Amino acid sequence: MTQSVVVQVGQCGNQIGCCFWDLALREHAAVNQKGIYDEAISSFFRNVDTRVVGDGGSISKGKIRSLKARAILIDMEEGVVNEILQGPLRDVFDTNQLITDISGSGNNWAVGHKVFGSLYQDQILEKLRKSAEQCDCLQCFFIIHSMGGGTGSGLGTFLLKMLEDEFPEVYRFVTSIYPSDEDDVITSPYNSILAMKELNEHADCVLPIDNQSLFDIISKIDLMVNSGKLGTTVKPKSLVTSSSGALKKCHKKPFDAMNNIVANLLLNLTSSARFEGSLNMDLSEISMNLVPFPRLHYLVASLTPLYTLADVSIPPRRLDQMFSDAFSKDHQLLRADPKHSLYLACALMVRGNVQISDLRRNIERLKPSLQFVSWNQEGWKTSLCSIPPVGHSHSLLALANNTCVKPTFMELKERYMRLYKKKAHLHHYLQVEGMEESCFTEAVSSLSALIQEYNQLDATKNMPVQDLPRLSIAV
Amino acid sequence: MSIVTVQLGQCGNQIGFEVFDALLRDSHSSQGLCSKRENEAYQTSCKERFFSEEENGVPIARAVLVDMEPKVINQTLSKAAQSGQWKYGKHACFCQKQGSGNNWAYGYSVHGPRHEESIMNLIQKEVEKCDSFSGFFIIMSMAGGTGSGLGAFVTQNLQDQYPNSLKMNQIIWPYGTGEVWTYTICKNLFFFFTGDLMEHLVAHPEFKMLSVRNIPHMSENSLAYSTFTWAGLLKHLRQMLISNAKMEEGIDWQVRPPLSGLPPLGKMSLSKDLHFNTSIANLVILRGKDVQSADVEGFKDPALYTSWLEPVNAFNVWKTQRAFSKYEKSAVLVSNSQFLVKPLDMIVKKAWNMFASKAYIHQYTKFGIEEEDFLDSFTLLEQVIASYCNL
Repeated sequence: MTQSVVVQVGQCGNQIGCCFWDLALREHAAVNQKGIYDEAISSFFRNVDTRVVGDGGSISKGKIRSLKARAILIDMEEGVVNEILQGPLRDVFDTNQLITDISGSGNNWAVGHKVFGSLYQDQILEKLRKSAEQCDCLQCFFIIHSMGGGTGSGLGTFLLKMLEDEFPEVYRFVTSIYPSDEDDVITSPYNSILAMKELNEHADCVLPIDNQSLFDIISKIDLMVNSGKLGTTVKPKSLVTSSSGALKKCHKKPFDAMNNIVANLLLNLTSSARFEGSLNMDLSEISMNLVPFPRLHYLVASLTPLYTLADVSIPPRRLDQMFSDAFSKDHQLLRADPKHSLYLACALMVRGNVQISDLRRNIERLKPSLQFVSWNQEGWKTSLCSIPPVGHSHSLLALANNTCVKPTFMELKERYMRLYKKKAHLHHYLQVEGMEESCFTEAVSSLSALIQEYNQLDATKNMPVQDLPRLSIAV
Repeated sequence: MSIVTVQLGQCGNQIGFEVFDALLRDSHSSQGLCSKRENEAYQTSCKERFFSEEENGVPIARAVLVDMEPKVINQTLSKAAQSGQWKYGKHACFCQKQGSGNNWAYGYSVHGPRHEESIMNLIQKEVEKCDSFSGFFIIMSMAGGTGSGLGAFVTQNLQDQYPNSLKMNQIIWPYGTGEVWTYTICKNLFFFFTGDLMEHLVAHPEFKMLSVRNIPHMSENSLAYSTFTWAGLLKHLRQMLISNAKMEEGIDWQVRPPLSGLPPLGKMSLSKDLHFNTSIANLVILRGKDVQSADVEGFKDPALYTSWLEPVNAFNVWKTQRAFSKYEKSAVLVSNSQFLVKPLDMIVKKAWNMFASKAYIHQYTKFGIEEEDFLDSFTLLEQVIASYCNL
């Protein structure tokens, strides 16, 4: 089995990251009853004897002593990371894995990317190398950040390029939180566009998510829970939004519930890498099968059934409903409607008590209502992990490489243009050393080119499938 | 006359296990109507070919297991050991930690050269254990990264290093176009590798795709309730050949060979369903009771074949009284014919559509496979399809 390292950057990135580690620990605790450090756990955790001073404490087999997350926490303000280090997860993180500063990036991509980038380059590199050395076979970096701010957006994307240069063979999966329409950061369009260029060029796969969708999903769950449906009971052990048994106590903030959804996404995405199953899907296979063109690597995710995201137990509806829901626009983690756009490829990652025949049957059932690009009519990638999410019998994560991401990018570009035309706030960026207007123009043309690629694919929608003329051979 | 098996990737290893298991069970099954002496000769011969003896008499499979991730190999090794009847050699496997990511280029260009020496050494050791080595049996799938890519690399290497020994690749088609035949593999494995017969089946280097059909298609549990005659079995088998049927069920009895003297109705059209399957050469293997009385004249009809080979060379038959497993009578047809044209054509069509749209190409060029390499492969395959079509 292989290992992965999580790099959480900025406030958003660290808060989500924290939720992920919390859930991962609880999941492994539920599955690994004997407390033996096995290959599944080692994919995301190290086993350390904390009595040994210095570096020599790593143990590769045997009983679990002290688990340390394979994570690097980066933030240019101290608040969030300090809170983590004082919280219940403090022992999970190695103090050597942190990089913090005091002043923050001021919601300015240029500060995060250029200023802090060059300031902390060596430190970041050193910590990355260290965590890579601690892995037997490092396969993937997971980067978690938001697009609209300064640190996550700027420094987060700076480190993408670094990862590509230093570890070219290791996959870079990026979970990016895009700004919603009602975003409280005025300069978020600038930050997002500047960050998009880096994502286009240096990421292997991007999972775009927006806050509005997360919020809508939470509302839906609340509605389900509070409507007093028959048989609804609070589950003591399942993981999620907020409740008894969770390590995070403060669940008054709405972001907690939303962060948990993203954490669940990462949990399910990596389940096939962490646990055994009859149809395993390696992380490298996600990239190989879902990314037919290097720049079109944006995957829209959906998690079903919704109630696996809540600490409630609703009598399980038919399995087929889970599959149908995965394609509905209400269940996507981005505001997007894959059903009415064009699929380039689709991955279905199932957990729990589901048979391959169920998978096949549902794919056949749903295929007629979905449109796939002409040369990839059978573009389905499936995986089965035998371990379900804690407290539930099954769950499904769908990843769609679909032109439905286009509207998000187009709206982003429009919001950017509105600001840029007036040159509003531009001076904050241009006064940073290394920033010029050309950075902006290059970034926006990178985005335009991307939108154009999606447009070209959309143009082929609804056209009859034609087989292209084959090579003719003189016999 | 020993054979070394190379199992590559998840599919290759899982199937390889089934083959050795079935071989040994066949060898241990009742002698039926064979004489004791004949039976013992059969058992010894079978064992010698595929297993070597060691210590406490537990046969060790003459096999090398290769995979780029550890899970399947571990499962395969333990399943074999659990059977108690046989096992794999302790040091017969080569394994890495990270797979090939469903990428042929990765399997071929990265894993291949990186692990060439280790893998070839393992194979060499296994070959040296054989008193009289006759060839390789390579099991791999086509659709993945390791079996497909690394499998191609290893096959090439074997061709270079052992140019005079026979190599047979058992390939597994992607879902939807073919099936897997483990029983038939082991049945005819026993007889293969006698050079001259292979020469006839594979008369021309451009035509070396063999397909295997076996009958009866019945689970061993139902056998007690059925009886078969050789006449019945052979009639079915012949029609399966002519009409290109995969299974006994649903054979199309409408298809007939062309009247002798007349050329077959037009060239084989890929779109027509009703067509006649022309053969280059066929081999029928019969096992079981009263096998000497089985009449194979139907297979000698020149109308079934192209005109290249003398009819006496185009068709061969092997017979043995020693039954296979619990089947009182069984027949296997190994055919060099147009059987595989349609599935091959389907796959080339899908791949070409993808290639023409340049989809996924960057995943391969990343590892050194260029567009020209793709074009070369397409050209080659189109040639094979055209050649077989024009038989």
